[in-house]
Order: sequence, then C-alpha cells, then structure tokens
Amino acid sequence: MQRFLVQRLIITLVTLVVVSVIVFVMARASGDPRGLLLDDYAGPDQWEKLGEKLGLNKPLYQQYWIFLKDAFRGDFGESVREKRPVMELIKDPLLATFELGIAAFILSLIVGVPLGVLSSVKRNSLWDQVGKVVALLGQSLPPFWLGIMLIFFFAVKLGWVPASGREGWSSIVLPAITLGWFFVAANLRLVRSAMLDVLDSEYIKLARAKGVSTTVIIWKHALRNALIPPLTYMGITLGAAITGSLIAEVVFAWPGIGRLAVSAMYYSDYSLLQGIVIIFTVLYLAVSLLVDVLYAYVDPRIRYT
Amino acid sequence: MAGISVAVPVPRVSRIRVTRTLRGLRRNSLFIISVFILAIVVLAGILASWISPHDPRNGELSDKNIPPVWYGQEFVSKTVVDQVELGKRKEQISLREARKLKEDVVLGEQVSAPVAKGGSWNQVLGTDHLGRDIFSRIIHGARISLIVAAVTLGVGGVIGTVLGLVSGWYGGWIDELIMRVVDIFLSLPLILVALVLVVSLGQSFAILVTVLVLFMWVRFARLVRGEVLRLKTMDYVALARVAGASTPRILFVHLLPGVTNTVIVIATLQVGVVILLESSLSFLGAGVPPPTPAWGSMVADGRDRLAEAWWISTMPGLAILLTVMALNLFGDWLRDTLDPRLRQME
Repeated sequence: MQRFLVQRLIITLVTLVVVSVIVFVMARASGDPRGLLLDDYAGPDQWEKLGEKLGLNKPLYQQYWIFLKDAFRGDFGESVREKRPVMELIKDPLLATFELGIAAFILSLIVGVPLGVLSSVKRNSLWDQVGKVVALLGQSLPPFWLGIMLIFFFAVKLGWVPASGREGWSSIVLPAITLGWFFVAANLRLVRSAMLDVLDSEYIKLARAKGVSTTVIIWKHALRNALIPPLTYMGITLGAAITGSLIAEVVFAWPGIGRLAVSAMYYSDYSLLQGIVIIFTVLYLAVSLLVDVLYAYVDPRIRYT
Repeated sequence: MAGISVAVPVPRVSRIRVTRTLRGLRRNSLFIISVFILAIVVLAGILASWISPHDPRNGELSDKNIPPVWYGQEFVSKTVVDQVELGKRKEQISLREARKLKEDVVLGEQVSAPVAKGGSWNQVLGTDHLGRDIFSRIIHGARISLIVAAVTLGVGGVIGTVLGLVSGWYGGWIDELIMRVVDIFLSLPLILVALVLVVSLGQSFAILVTVLVLFMWVRFARLVRGEVLRLKTMDYVALARVAGASTPRILFVHLLPGVTNTVIVIATLQVGVVILLESSLSFLGAGVPPPTPAWGSMVADGRDRLAEAWWISTMPGLAILLTVMALNLFGDWLRDTLDPRLRQME
C-alpha cells in the first residue's frame, strides 16, 4: 500500500510540474510574456513593475522558481480583462462547476443504473434494445451538439426550461443532461454487464433455491455488486468529465470554471487562463489521487497493477 | 411402382432459405448500414473538391439563411405601390417587382409575394449566415475530419505501438519508465493545455494535431504492451531468440504482426473519439482554424441563430453523429471478428 501511495504521489507531482512548465514556457513562447499578461492600455510603469515582479532580467530557471512561489501563495497576477486578482475570479465559478458535476453524476446514476438493470434482466426485449441504442448514442453523440439540440427543442420551441445561465432550479436540467448523457450510457453498459455476471453466480442460485422472490434478488442482492463498476468508472473518467463540463458550460453559458477558461482564451487573458489551468489541475489531480487511494484501499487487487 | 408421386418439399426449403437470409441481414443490417455510411464519408472526403456543388468558403450574402430543400416558399399578401416605404418591405411591393410576378398588376392591388428565399435543390441543406452552402461545407468538413483523424492515428499509433512494443518486450526499468510516462499523460488535462497553446500561439492545425496525438498515443501503448506481454511467452518467440534473432528483428518481424490485429481494432475504434475531440475543439475555437470548414465550428456558427436558421447547427452535428455511430458499429464488428479479447476495453 505504501509503495502504491508513493508511486501515485510522485506521478501526481510530476504531472503538476509538467503542466506548470507548459504554462510557464507558453507565456514566453512568443517573446516577452508581458505582451500576454498586460493589455494594450498598460503604461510603461506597469510594464516595468511586472518585469520586476516576474524577474524577467533573471535566468529562466529563476523566473520559473518565482512563478512557482507565487503560484503556491495563490498569486497568479491580475486578469488582463477584469483587472482583478485571478484567485478572486475563480472562486465562484468553481462552485458552479462543482454543482453541475454533481447534478450530472446523480442523473447518470438515476437513469443509467435502472436502465442497465432492466436491460440485463430482460434480455432481448424492448429494454435491451433501448439499452443498446442508449449505449451507442452515448458514445457517438457530440456533447456540444446534443446541448444545442436540447436548447432548440426544450427552450426555444417548447419553452419549458431556460436556454442558458444559472438562474432558478430548472436551469440546471439541460446542462446536467448534456454532461451526464455520456455517463448514463457508460453506467448502463457497466451495470448491465456486472448484473449479467452476478445473476449467474452461485449465491444468487442459492437465493432462488431458498425461494426469495425475483424482485428482491435483483434489487437487493445483485444490484449491490453491480453498483461497484459505475463508481469505479467515475474515478477513471474524471478526465472525460472535465472536457464534457467545459463544453456543457460553454453551450449553456453556465458560469463555471470551464466557461471562464474558454472565455479567457477568447479574450487572450493569459493571466486568468494560467491561474485556472494551475488551480484546476491541482484540484483535479488531488481528487484523482484521493479516488485512487480509496479504490486501492477498498479493492486490494488494484495496488498491484 | 411407376406412377407414384412423392411430394417434394421444395417450397419449404426455399422459405427457410429466405428466412435465414433475412434474419442474417437483419442481424447484420446495422453493420451493412454503418459500412455504407462510412463509405460515403470517405468518398466525400476524398472527392470533396470534385463533388461539392458550391465553394465551401465563399457565399453570397444575399443567399444567407436559406432553409433546406424541403421548406416550401412562403407567400404573403403585399400591396403594390410606386415606391416601397422604409421599413415596409414586408407589406409592400414595388410595381416593377410586382409586374414580374403578375404582368397586369395595377397600383393598390394585393399580390401574393414570396417572403424570403425558400428551400431549393441548389442548396439542399440550406445556407448559413454568410450564404455558404451547408452541404458543400459538410463535404469539405468530412475531408478535414478524415485528414486530422488519419494524421493523429498515424503518428499517435506509431509512437504508441513502438513504445508499447519496447515497454512490453524489455520489461524492467524501461517498462516502468514508459508506463509512468503513460500515467502522466493520462492525467494531463489536455483540453486546458490546448487552450493555453491557442492563446500563446494562435489557432492552428499543428496545435490541434499535437494535442490529439498526445492524447492518443497512450491508448495504443497500453494495449500493445498488454498484447506483447502475452505474446512474449509464446513458442515462436522463444524459437526466434534461440535462433539468434536480434531484438529489433524479434520486435518488428515477429511481435509486430501479432499485435497488428489489436492495433487495427484500437485504431478503428479511436477514429470516432478523434472526430469527437476535434469537433469539440473546433466548436470551442481551439481546433481547425477558420475559414477552413470543420463540422465543429459549423455547429458553433449556428448556435446563436437557432430560432431563425436551425439547420446551420443541426446538419453538421448530424454528420458527426452518423459518422461516429457508423465508426463505432464498424469498430465493434471488427473487434468481434479480429480480437474479441478487447471487449474489456471501454
């Protein structure tokens, strides 16, 4: 367990270093980083001051060290566009993204798991077909297009829910569906295949022999085991979830971290983007590490891969 | 004995034949459809310049927002006037224009005039906000998606396969090192890296392909390594070693053919993934640089115009959906045929 922990920790740290180096190098890729970090209205004093702060007259490795030290303190400079400290701008969006993620996660469990169970229990029936279609669509639907089509049908044409933004409880519905859809399909497949395995096992046969009703068997005994793969899968696919949430936020103008990052890109606001990338990577890696450790704790086989 | 007729069950045999064929077709129909769709996409990509009815990059502004062909022409009743007053284009029509519709009109008469350009076979799927034909843009977009996918899978596949072979064969610290690098790449938030690169270097094909290759090679590396670990124990490999084959020879002449099936299956299944990623990046403005037509950016174009021109977003999105679906179905079939062990992979 020790060795596994240390290994994962080292990988996490190296990944962080790699990301920070990329961000650092790219700022200087087209010459003076101040070109990216200051806007067109910055005067010569601001230019000077920033040069001092970044240590631009010092060798690169020292500049990198300054960059790291500042980052550690949470100082990513000021957003070029908003003229406020980057850290301030990131806080609320983080919460919004977290909200969306949770909503999508819950949705994917509520819809995906039952469909998976039904699909496995009633082989070759309508439910099975539905399941297969959902699984295929989950893999093939472009999330940004799904979001736009949902807006078109449910917001523009039918007017049931708002088309964008984060106001009122109904505004989370479409974004959560868009983000969660891929995971609904994934959960469906996982639960289905786990259920198929479990339903054939000895203790299920014993339960049946004992005379336990089919309903109880499915929902109480089999399901417990079938729930493990989806939860495991969630941990593995955090990366896909990130990409998805970024897109869902852009499509629905959901004021989260992803949308902030994309708009930072549009406005060439490197300071903001830099801060978002670092903070986000730190959080994401921390959660990944936690999830990995938890799984290794729960399922000792993982420690040895 | 002569003269006894025996009932030969000919009709029943052919009925069984027919049923069997139909059942086979129905079971395989998905596969056949997917191959058909893929063939169309590939042909469109290759022959784009020749078969595209219009120039995908230029359009007449007067042609903007034309609906798809199945939209009829809408008519409204307008009054014939000498000169159309400002802002009354929807209720009035000039005498000159009215004469084109009905020769013997007089001032003050009501005439049935077309509202806006209706759909036509000239631009089958409609036009976008700049008057560009959507059908042509979709065809050219297919070419772009295929090129990006081919390059990404080519480069990423080669890198991943070679590293997988090396990692699996040598084992030891080389294996450890490569696998740790794989882990690092898997934890990189590549989409954020793409955004950073676009801000500092501007949008370009090079950046898009680089990001996609970085994403892709790890998938090949891991699975090829797994295959190599399995093949390493086989007799023919031991025989090659005993015969004194050099390591490169073992890797490329003996092991590589063994992993080919795996590589082909992975490659096919990943084309869909690459297309989805590339179109997502293009949608965000970090992928294929404009004005090159790309399905993702086309969907982005139409996003703010859903109310008046929904086809701008819908058509390219359908193209992506159908292509990726076909790829997934085809890939599944290929996997079941060539290497069912890969079923475990998600």
